Amino acid sequence: MNALEVGDIAFAYGERRALDGVSFTAAQGRFTALLGPNGAGKSTLIALLTRLYDLQQGQIRIAGFDLRETPRKALARLGVVFQQSTLDLDLTVEQNLRYHAALHGMPRIVANERIELELQRQQLGERRRNKVRELNGGHRRRVEIARALLHRPELLLLDEASAGLDPASRQALNQHVRALCRDETMSVLWTTHLLDEVQADDDLLVLNRGRLVARGRAAELATEGEDLAASFARLTGNDTHGAGSSLGHRPAVLDGTPGAIEPPHEAVAPASNPGAGSARASLESGRRSS
Amino acid sequence: MIIYWECLRGIVLREWLRFVQQRSRFFSALVRPLLWLVVFAAGFRAALGIAIIEPYDTYITYETYIVPGLACMILLFNGMQGSLSMVYDREMGSMRVLLTSPLPRSFLLASKLVATALISLLQVYAFLAIAWFYGVQPPPLGLIVALPALLLVALLLSALGLLLSNGIRQLENFAGVMNFVIFPMFFLSSALYPLWKMREASEWLYWICALNPFTHAVELVRHALYLRLAPTALMVCIGLTLLFSLLAVLSFNPQHAALRRSA
Repeated sequence: MNALEVGDIAFAYGERRALDGVSFTAAQGRFTALLGPNGAGKSTLIALLTRLYDLQQGQIRIAGFDLRETPRKALARLGVVFQQSTLDLDLTVEQNLRYHAALHGMPRIVANERIELELQRQQLGERRRNKVRELNGGHRRRVEIARALLHRPELLLLDEASAGLDPASRQALNQHVRALCRDETMSVLWTTHLLDEVQADDDLLVLNRGRLVARGRAAELATEGEDLAASFARLTGNDTHGAGSSLGHRPAVLDGTPGAIEPPHEAVAPASNPGAGSARASLESGRRSS
Repeated sequence: MIIYWECLRGIVLREWLRFVQQRSRFFSALVRPLLWLVVFAAGFRAALGIAIIEPYDTYITYETYIVPGLACMILLFNGMQGSLSMVYDREMGSMRVLLTSPLPRSFLLASKLVATALISLLQVYAFLAIAWFYGVQPPPLGLIVALPALLLVALLLSALGLLLSNGIRQLENFAGVMNFVIFPMFFLSSALYPLWKMREASEWLYWICALNPFTHAVELVRHALYLRLAPTALMVCIGLTLLFSLLAVLSFNPQHAALRRSA
């Protein structure tokens, strides 16, 4: 069973279509990166996945539960970190976590245990009585992650979670979430517009102008002689890296067919796969150029 | 059931924590009615004689007359403050945490209403305690009997605030609520003057005041404080609380704001 299944969803703000026939899956225990330039429709997609907006077309299933038909079961399995901080700045770290536990109807004894565990896991134990206002951006993000994990979700959704952080904090956050994904076998959907937050082994989705223009392993996305930055520029028509801007030129992994929920691609072991190794090199060069 | 209880408890606790951390909000909520009681009422005491009217058994001072209205004024301002807080939360994004809870949205909003109402009640009783020492002393039992009436009025005005917040596009528009909701509701009611006084001044003004829901809220509390029941006011308050709550829940949709912004 996939952690997330999105089938042919569409959404329009009046006349303007923000999403058009988007379909993809996020496999259990995998780090899935959703990459797209600003205005690609990522935030609208997140709003739909979190039920902030009502679906106008299509289907979303979280851990097998349909978001429209069984929203309570679906949302109980979803942890979210929004792009904009949603912490209460005037409350302490612990009070923010307690509030979230209450919103999930967690009994006090269970909440106490889990808050303690998450504070330790996110290395926030010493800051539990600090008001969120007193924390730096990186720590605030950790609090949000601790909060998102409190109810033991099967899918962790991070919407441009690194926005506003300095490069070191950004990298640390990215690595931290990857460690969670690896050690806890948690499924992660990480949305970003920054190429250096994507690694070769990630499952990658590229969203542009409301349409999914590519999906597959990040290592496979770059075609011969291209790095990820060039591929991304080509796919999104943002020709800032000297790559072709035609959206019609698609890599082998591209499947623009809306409607189908596809199984995840087979995993590629980067260490033993020469192709992945070269892709990693491409990614590194993509990082430098971005 | 315990899930719902924990959720309600958490939302009330959060409102309480926010309230105790904003002491200025508490004091400003008290200063406003106290100014009316001490300054305004002192000036008008001589000018406005109050005849024997329900629920009072004898002649009363003007201060005694306006205390129930001022108690309701606290609830009115808090209800609108709740509306402001909802718009603020919506704009700042913290509303998303509430809305991504797996519990039904209607229950979450109802819990918000209850939390706002309970915090308002604390302020009302703080005001009634000060008024008591100032010399406005309803029967002690009345202070207990008035509790459910005050709670009902607090829910009514919080529901109205929530309903209004659904229609407010931006935080800046909140000034309009002050001008077009709070002031007319308060001044065109029986909070400051008995309705018969209004009728002496103008028949149409009297009817506006008589139809104003806030008049019924004030009369319900006034009667309860003096151990009387105002059946019409009670029915109106219950009916409007249900109506406003229902409309607030039905019209609440974060998607609407996004669609309006893009229009």
